[in-house]
Amino acid sequence: MKRATIVLMLLLAFTAACAKKKPATVASGPPPAATAPAPAPAATPPPPPPRPAERVEDSVPVPAISEDTIGNRSLEDLNRDSPFKPAFFDLDSSDLDDAGRAIVSANADIMKRYPTWVVTVEGHCDERGTAEYNLALGEKRAVAVKTYLVALGVSPDRLRTVSYGKEFPFDTGHTESAWSKNRRAHFVITSK
Amino acid sequence: MRNSLKWSGLVVLVALTLSVLLAAQQQTTPTPPPQQPSEIQLVISGEPGTPPRYAVPDFVALSPDVADVAKLLGQVLWDDLNFEREFYMIPRDTYSTIPVARTGDDIPFAAWRELGADAVVFGTVQKTDPNTVRVQVRLFNVRSRQSVFAKEYTGSAANPRLYAHTMSDEIHQQQRALRGVARTKLTFSSDRNRERVAGPVQNRDVKEVYIADYDGENVRRVTTNRQLNITPTWAPDARGIAYTSYRRGYPDIFIALIYQGLQETPTNGVGQNWLPMFSPDGTRICFTSNRDGNPELYVMNRDGSNVRRVTNNPAIDTTPTWSPNGAQIAFTSDRAGTPQIYIVGADGLNLRRITTNESWADRPTWSPAPFNEIAYAGRTGPGFDIKVYDLASGETRQITFGEGSNESPAYSPNGRHIAFSSTRSRGTQVYTMARDGKNVKQITRDGNNATPSWSN
Repeated sequence: MKRATIVLMLLLAFTAACAKKKPATVASGPPPAATAPAPAPAATPPPPPPRPAERVEDSVPVPAISEDTIGNRSLEDLNRDSPFKPAFFDLDSSDLDDAGRAIVSANADIMKRYPTWVVTVEGHCDERGTAEYNLALGEKRAVAVKTYLVALGVSPDRLRTVSYGKEFPFDTGHTESAWSKNRRAHFVITSK
Repeated sequence: MRNSLKWSGLVVLVALTLSVLLAAQQQTTPTPPPQQPSEIQLVISGEPGTPPRYAVPDFVALSPDVADVAKLLGQVLWDDLNFEREFYMIPRDTYSTIPVARTGDDIPFAAWRELGADAVVFGTVQKTDPNTVRVQVRLFNVRSRQSVFAKEYTGSAANPRLYAHTMSDEIHQQQRALRGVARTKLTFSSDRNRERVAGPVQNRDVKEVYIADYDGENVRRVTTNRQLNITPTWAPDARGIAYTSYRRGYPDIFIALIYQGLQETPTNGVGQNWLPMFSPDGTRICFTSNRDGNPELYVMNRDGSNVRRVTNNPAIDTTPTWSPNGAQIAFTSDRAGTPQIYIVGADGLNLRRITTNESWADRPTWSPAPFNEIAYAGRTGPGFDIKVYDLASGETRQITFGEGSNESPAYSPNGRHIAFSSTRSRGTQVYTMARDGKNVKQITRDGNNATPSWSN
């Protein structure tokens, strides 16, 4: 009994370390998805997470996701705990900086690995533009990401774009920390 | 819904008193208020230099089942008359010492005079059949004891507030030559029904288009597609609402014909399109589209024909608003590095920038005539405040001051009021204020409510 507990703890510690490893290379920011990798609790908050505060190395390793875990998951599950990371933008900007390009490039690699997936790139904004203006700003962000994905070899037939302006903030706070998380291009898998 | 909203067109004017008829014959122009009292004076004046003081007691219920309606009519009429600030409205809780008149012949004028009233309303209401009411109203000059305004309305018992709104508009018209707004409506976008968008992403609130009376009462839901439905704007005939809907998974323009239950889709599936804005004559719609790869402004006929591109710049061009004569369009562009307000001819010519001292100037709305100004959201710290640019003088005045973030100004049809959305209380809510920023009134409270538009 005691031994079984120790083995279990070791196992947990190991999986937790593995699970933590990847997000840590990509970003510092909001805690990446919880420590236990197991079945996601029903009421976890929505997906997009880490804000790449500092610049990221040019070659971000593709997250090591095994076909088994991904291929069998429903769209809802995939999008709740998405293999895609959001790309972030500066205020009133739709330009992808180095960090943003690295993230989009990693997302492009995932799309190439799952060639049947169709992805909608959603452009989102912080609350510092008006609701109306941000519809156009989000549109430019989504299109900027799509353009870069296509340049990286992803077929435009697999890409949709949509702007939600500031209608769906990731963080409803009123600080720069919240705003920086909300200025994002969010990847949603719409069919697979 | 249809009946209660529609009956105003059926309001029947049944009777005018003899005094009004005589007065109307004698007076060629009802405005401006005459300074010299004539024998039968239509316009009620106050003491020199002060607005006339009005009293609106409860109406008299002539049948037993309309006691609540009688009280409601008095309260709503008082509120409506108070809204334009043309009269000093004597508070209704100070009338308790005044004997209640049962007919128009026993109005206690001396007691009203003692209370300082220059004008007093006497009204009655009765049910003529289970679904029909008859409402009569007279406005008396307390000094001369003469009736200067008398109307009778017969119609549906479903929405008695509309009778009070109609009286208020007619009294403002007769006494001040002013187009009141008591019968106008607001439309806005709201998440109040707390549904979630269906689809692969969770926890996203549905937003639907709603309408309400100008005072926030009588709320009705217009859209029911459980998606994002935002930026509704009235057609000038106040019978259609154009809005941006994501019901197809991307933004496109829809027009709801609210009294017919019909829907129009003028953009015919070309590109993604959002932020429709009717021209003042209702024949054209200006909107933003990505159809050429970048957010630009376009104008089309209301039926979707004759699409013409208005802007052509790699920056953002969006949030259009028409000048009152339909010849020009003001909009937001970040072509100079930050969002600023520009004006361009509806033909795309004669572009000029009007905001120069703002770090971020956004979402303009052009006032109706006779005012000649553009209200917009200007950055003043972490959020926005409503500012007004006077086109004649080039001066800007600020009318909200940092209470929450304030956006989406929308003028009332008489130009004297502005609806807007603000985060000053819980969530985002719709408010109205006078065009000088005074008399702020919260219109919505349920859920979050934003992007108001004010009907004609």
